[in-house]
Amino acid sequence: MRWVSGEGLVVSLIKAQGLGVRIGARQVLRDVDLSVGKREIVTVVGPNGSGKTTLLRVFIGAQAPSEGAVVREAGLRVGYVPQRLAIDQAMPLTVARWLALCGIKDRQQHLQIAKQVGISALLKQQMSSLSGGEFQRALLAKALLVRPDLLVLDEPTQGLDQLAVASFYQLIEGVRDDLGCAVLMVSHDLHVVMRSSDHVICLNGHVCCQGTPTSVSAAPEYQALFGFDTEGALALYRHEHDHRHDHAEQGGSDAG
Amino acid sequence: MSMTIVMITQNRAVVMLDDFLWRAALAGVAVALASGPLGCFVVWRRMAYFGDATAHAAILGVALSLGFSISVFIGVLITALAMAFMILSFSGRVFTVDTLLGVAAHGGLALGLVAVTFIPGVRVDLAAYLFGDILAVGHGDLLIISGGCTVILVALWLRWERLLLLTLNVDLAAARGIDTRRENLILTVMLAVLVAVAIKIVGALLITAMLIIPAAAARPISRTPEWMAVLAVAVGVIAVLTGLFGSFYWDLPTGPSMVTAATAIFAVATLASLSRMKSRH
Repeated sequence: MRWVSGEGLVVSLIKAQGLGVRIGARQVLRDVDLSVGKREIVTVVGPNGSGKTTLLRVFIGAQAPSEGAVVREAGLRVGYVPQRLAIDQAMPLTVARWLALCGIKDRQQHLQIAKQVGISALLKQQMSSLSGGEFQRALLAKALLVRPDLLVLDEPTQGLDQLAVASFYQLIEGVRDDLGCAVLMVSHDLHVVMRSSDHVICLNGHVCCQGTPTSVSAAPEYQALFGFDTEGALALYRHEHDHRHDHAEQGGSDAG
Repeated sequence: MSMTIVMITQNRAVVMLDDFLWRAALAGVAVALASGPLGCFVVWRRMAYFGDATAHAAILGVALSLGFSISVFIGVLITALAMAFMILSFSGRVFTVDTLLGVAAHGGLALGLVAVTFIPGVRVDLAAYLFGDILAVGHGDLLIISGGCTVILVALWLRWERLLLLTLNVDLAAARGIDTRRENLILTVMLAVLVAVAIKIVGALLITAMLIIPAAAARPISRTPEWMAVLAVAVGVIAVLTGLFGSFYWDLPTGPSMVTAATAIFAVATLASLSRMKSRH
């Protein structure tokens, strides 16, 4: 199934309409409209507990929505890069075994993907011995093995230093260009997001504002959430939890 | 005439001795084969306390089986399953999982011990169910034990990759179209089946030990999950046979001598890997 979004040109790979998720008594998400088009990099930003991870879980099919629906293009291949693995010293797992787990066993493909993300030398190492950046690349490699049309990443650069963050996003952009896949990710690295995304969604239980990085960073809702000085690294986590919007405001900043 | 009779009885004694030792060894090895890989999941998923609660509930199952004169396997299987599902459905609601498991494990054991005293008639040899009595494994028992272990092994073989991915990341498994609830359920049922078949071998108190210790001993000498499972089986088999030996020659309690052997292997493997790590640096 394909369809044309409101703007009239972008063909969506996956699209959520009127999405709501209730977990227990808590309404985690409400009225979320979101679509990801071909080769588009869409980034979701928002404070902790704003439902970012839940939104991704709905998109990959790990969480059923309470309201609304997610429509996928038929045969859509989704590669998911989780935030972390429940892996510790208890389970021995080499990078090569991780890549082969529950999927493509073809070693040639493993080598090729490992080279693409720069972990060729690490295949025999234990996953638990990798550095943060290497670990993220190993997770990404597994997602790329399914030849995804859509790559979904949940805070892929959490805990990485600035240099590793920059090179990881470069890698993501490179992958997008090579494979022609779309990217949907949650991120905390606001300034990198603003540089490398096509579309930014500012989430706080609902969509506060969305649009191009420039329009979002100028939106008052975004500034209320993250503070004005978004270029400076120190301002990243300064946000107010007691802010309110009304619906008129949300519509006003939707500059897609 | 009398000489012949004596000889015949002696021969029969020899045959019988062989027979019950073989049964014991086969039953023990069957349990070790299933508990090796299953124990790896218990270690990886940090289910040790969950295993304890399920196994301790088995004593209640023993009491129920004797009270209603049904097969001990059935009684234990039912209570182990009931306990497992109760924990799964209540955890995280009012108490933390840890507290709930603590209550379930010890409450289940205590309730079982109290319930056994209410059974009229025969005095029950509780020690056999608490610490295991591998030498008392009968023909029927051997059939049920090896059947249960085969079911577990086949299920693990078929679902190995899925269960591994699920253990590493639930969302990733769900994204691959794996029914995570169903796989969790299957793992729980496997654990309950193992408890039911292992109670005669190691006893309710030490079933978890036979799940965890071989897997833990295998960990420092394995590079992949599969190797860890295979080596855990090896450790389990050695432990079971050592326990059988101790039971037979020195009349030691079966379960404790098996677990002691497994613990000794664990200690050696861990110390060896530590010293190897040191020499590398």
